[in-house]
Amino acid sequence: MLLLSLLLPFVFGLLCFIIKPAAKYLALFSAAALTGIGISLAFSSHAAPISFAFPWIPALGATFSLLGDTLSTILIALSGIVFLVVMLMQQNKEVEHASSFYGLLLLSIAGINGVFLAADGLLFYFFWELALIPIYFLCSQWGGDRRIAITFKFFVYTFVGSLMMLAALIYLHSQTADNSYAWADLMAVAQHMPFQLQLMLFGMMFVAFAIKMPMFPFHTWQPDTYEVAPMPATIILSALMVKMGLYGVLRWVIPFFPDAIAHFSHLIITLSVIGIVYASIIALVQTDLKRLVAYSSIAHMGLMIAAAFSLQSADAVHAGYNTASQGIIMQMFNHGINITGMWVIVQMIEQRYGTRDMAKLGGMSSAAPWMTVALVIVAFANIALPLTNGFVGEFLLFNGIFQSASPYNILFMVVAGTGVILGAAYTLRMVQKVAYGESVIGDRNVDISINEGWSLAIVITIILFLGIYPQALLNLLNG
Amino acid sequence: MLQYIYLVPLFPLIGFLINGLGWKSLPHKAGGIIASLAILASFVVSFLVFLEVKAGAQSVVSLFPFIQTGSLNIQFAFQVDALSSLFLLIITGVGFLIHIYSAGYMAHDEGVVKYFAYLNLFVFSMLLLVLGASYPIMYMGWEGVGLCSYLLIGFWYKNRDFASAGKKAFVMNRIGDLGFLVGMLLILFNYGTLSYQQFFPQLGTAADLGSTDLKNWIGICFLIGATGKSAQLPLFTWLPDAMAGPTPVSALIHAATMVTAGVYMIARSHLLYDLAPVAAELVAYIGLATALVTATIACRQYDIKKVLAYSTVSQLGFMFIALGCGSYTTAVFHVMTHAFFKALLFLGSGSVIHAMSGEQDIRKMGGLGSKMRITQITFLIACLAIAGIPGFSGFFSKDEILTAAFAHNPVLYYGALLAALMTAFYMFRLYTLTFTGTFRGTEEQAHHVHESPSSMTIPLMVLAVLSIVGGYIGLPAVLSEHNTIRDFLGLNGAVLNSKEIMEHVEALGHSKEWVLIAVSVVVALVGTIAGIALHRRPDFRTNKGLALILERKWYFDELYDAVVVKPLNAFGNILDRYADRKGIDGTVNGVGRFVRWGADRIRLVQSGQVGYYLFIMVLGITALMAVGFFIHS
Repeated sequence: MLLLSLLLPFVFGLLCFIIKPAAKYLALFSAAALTGIGISLAFSSHAAPISFAFPWIPALGATFSLLGDTLSTILIALSGIVFLVVMLMQQNKEVEHASSFYGLLLLSIAGINGVFLAADGLLFYFFWELALIPIYFLCSQWGGDRRIAITFKFFVYTFVGSLMMLAALIYLHSQTADNSYAWADLMAVAQHMPFQLQLMLFGMMFVAFAIKMPMFPFHTWQPDTYEVAPMPATIILSALMVKMGLYGVLRWVIPFFPDAIAHFSHLIITLSVIGIVYASIIALVQTDLKRLVAYSSIAHMGLMIAAAFSLQSADAVHAGYNTASQGIIMQMFNHGINITGMWVIVQMIEQRYGTRDMAKLGGMSSAAPWMTVALVIVAFANIALPLTNGFVGEFLLFNGIFQSASPYNILFMVVAGTGVILGAAYTLRMVQKVAYGESVIGDRNVDISINEGWSLAIVITIILFLGIYPQALLNLLNG
Repeated sequence: MLQYIYLVPLFPLIGFLINGLGWKSLPHKAGGIIASLAILASFVVSFLVFLEVKAGAQSVVSLFPFIQTGSLNIQFAFQVDALSSLFLLIITGVGFLIHIYSAGYMAHDEGVVKYFAYLNLFVFSMLLLVLGASYPIMYMGWEGVGLCSYLLIGFWYKNRDFASAGKKAFVMNRIGDLGFLVGMLLILFNYGTLSYQQFFPQLGTAADLGSTDLKNWIGICFLIGATGKSAQLPLFTWLPDAMAGPTPVSALIHAATMVTAGVYMIARSHLLYDLAPVAAELVAYIGLATALVTATIACRQYDIKKVLAYSTVSQLGFMFIALGCGSYTTAVFHVMTHAFFKALLFLGSGSVIHAMSGEQDIRKMGGLGSKMRITQITFLIACLAIAGIPGFSGFFSKDEILTAAFAHNPVLYYGALLAALMTAFYMFRLYTLTFTGTFRGTEEQAHHVHESPSSMTIPLMVLAVLSIVGGYIGLPAVLSEHNTIRDFLGLNGAVLNSKEIMEHVEALGHSKEWVLIAVSVVVALVGTIAGIALHRRPDFRTNKGLALILERKWYFDELYDAVVVKPLNAFGNILDRYADRKGIDGTVNGVGRFVRWGADRIRLVQSGQVGYYLFIMVLGITALMAVGFFIHS
């Protein structure tokens, strides 16, 4: 099953290039299959982690080893669900060179799933790049204005980060006793590094992830890239690829460098909570829907990063076995779902109104009442209203920050908490501009089509189900 | 019956789902019928539960685990005791009347089914708020009522101003909610639990590890939450704007139920506030300041609903005074009587607005009494009740608040007395301008004015009766040894007044209490007479000086706009344009450019001459060896 979650998107992705007319359906089929695989993996890894290994490049000491514990498999399930929502949404849309488009999307999914599963440093790096490259092509070939410059910057920026990570991994590998890239071996080496060296390696690894998440002040590629990327790529980027960064922190940084974490956690939490307020205030004045969601996402990720660095290294080794890390995993999942819902609606708005400029929108309540209902539900999930999935995750995150050993825990929590207020302000401003007022397109009814309905139904069902009964997900996480 | 408590919120939830999913297809009449029946069913169950609680029963009913992980255990559980069962009756009882009224009031609105869906969702959330057996469940209802309030304020969505009012309400509430959240986390961190059943018994015992400071902080955090939801200073400005919603909504949400959530929260946490003296004092003074400031504003408003809105805020201030004095049952008593007479006032104003074809300005009314007798008489009863005229419900609860304030601290007493004077004044100003004198509106309006249909007047009459008799369950000590509502709330220790206030009130003695009653009667009469006398021949000159300041609400909105909203937006623009694009992104691009500049230079090194490469290679190897040498040594 583990291997299938990689091979399926990989093989189908290649098939897309070959069987061109069927590309969209191949992608839809594999999305559905991946969702099933992901969910069943999440359930089956509950009892004990699933692993898989065979020799890969023995000369380098790299093995093709995969490990699916609850942290990984829940993210695999997320990637399946998100991809399914994307593909349902795309059924109404024609893209040029569809075969390459969907092929690249599938390859990217393969890479992302690989990142979540890899238990070998070199393999992790391999998938990390495999996920990035197709997205780069998607953005630069199918993107909007200024796409070349913006995606090139995005690529270089994240690539520089990943090279530093590679260098750190290679160094750790060189210190292992038996020429190994295995996660456990690298961790054992890293944990016992001298302090100065640990700081340096921590810095190299963390920068790669900080750019990816992105953490303030490494975030400036993101609003531009989200703005120009074609919507499916934006969704993959914001719902899944930013989670690769946080996943990297949880799996490859926090357990690795306990001393460096102890040294730097205050700085990083401080930057994160500044980032929450900073991004929220900027979101208040955005006029483009995509940029608004982008800054909102930076704020949300900031809260997760702050909570992640409130963890003790020892807790993070077995991510998923304490309350604080469960909150982070839960929120990674929920944020992925919610932002996907947000993008789907933004895409629908853009298709119908031909613009994402909020100043030119208005009156969607009359023109598309059901779409407005969906927008309101997703918007309130985005600001963590109780009885939506956002609430429980955010509550656990705040609790995690609060429970941390830091003497500034209350201060951190309160500053991060202002994001709750600002989040309501910018999200409701957006709802007001889009939904209220006289309809800007007259009496024309432009409500949800069937396929869009399905994709939103998936998102909203999860939002409400996990909002009312979060224990369903927590049960998977409880070891 | 107690184990079926989940039925109480379930019925409105079902009503919401039916109306919510069928809002396009259901006939207009069906929406009102379904929604009203749902609330009626809840009321019946609530009443049966109430009877059992009155007989001494209480229970915590657990439905399913909500968050259960590691050290955290939050059950989705309901607390059935005297406090919650009384609130259930108020919410479902008054709620039912307002649903019936709405069926008449909203009959011609095309979105009526959606309206009833929201209204049911609101009642569901409110029931969750008071039934929750732990703070997170209360918080759930707390935010849920905020959502419904937002949706209903902006119900007429084509008007963007209304949407702004809804947004303002929600965001201001969120500021309070952050206080609530921090308070919860403080409790969780220090006491390891958030359920009432496990938290309260720890307080004040040997096992209580929390210091008084900690309890004060928790109390202050909860107070911040309460100031948001109950529209107290400094977070009160959203409530008058919330009047943009349909008038029955103002009656139900922004007068009778939701805004009392803060009072409920503090009454529920009375054991905490007993041990948090600083927080409790703060509650009282915030209440006093709010009661005074908003009462002055109410004296100079011309919108019939705005007068009532400021009056609501002022009355909530009275409740906070009682809470701060430790007289929690008095606050709950005033919640109840206020729910009756303020709902009546709002519904009466709705009847007036209905008759005036949407006109809300009292300068254009006058003499309506002759044309709508039922509305006039019921409105008068409500005015008498809120003004504190003896015999009507407001008299009893307000007198109890004044007594508690007197026993606690004379400053509070005299301040509250002044606010009570103004209450009688502005209410009878409103009454006189609206119902007596001559009509000041247009010909067309004069022709149109009529009494409202019976679905609207019947709730008015029921509420009028309640506004009279509702006070007799809380007779002052000089009249009766038994204070029914205090005894009821004290069942199983659900809500007990603080020991200090009990002793202080006891120490007053009967003669002093008679004096206090006499003073409050005189104050109410003076205010009433002044309110009538000064407005018999109205003169609407442009306000100047203090009057203008009051008309402009002490410029609170302008102040917040200048101090918070505008700077925040300006700051956002600066961050967006300069810090983010030029500063941070500029630096990133700068690094990129520097690398390219460097690369252009280094490219020159690649000259293509093999000898030159060899030279560089030797240099490099030497350097490496040198470095290696230094490292090893």
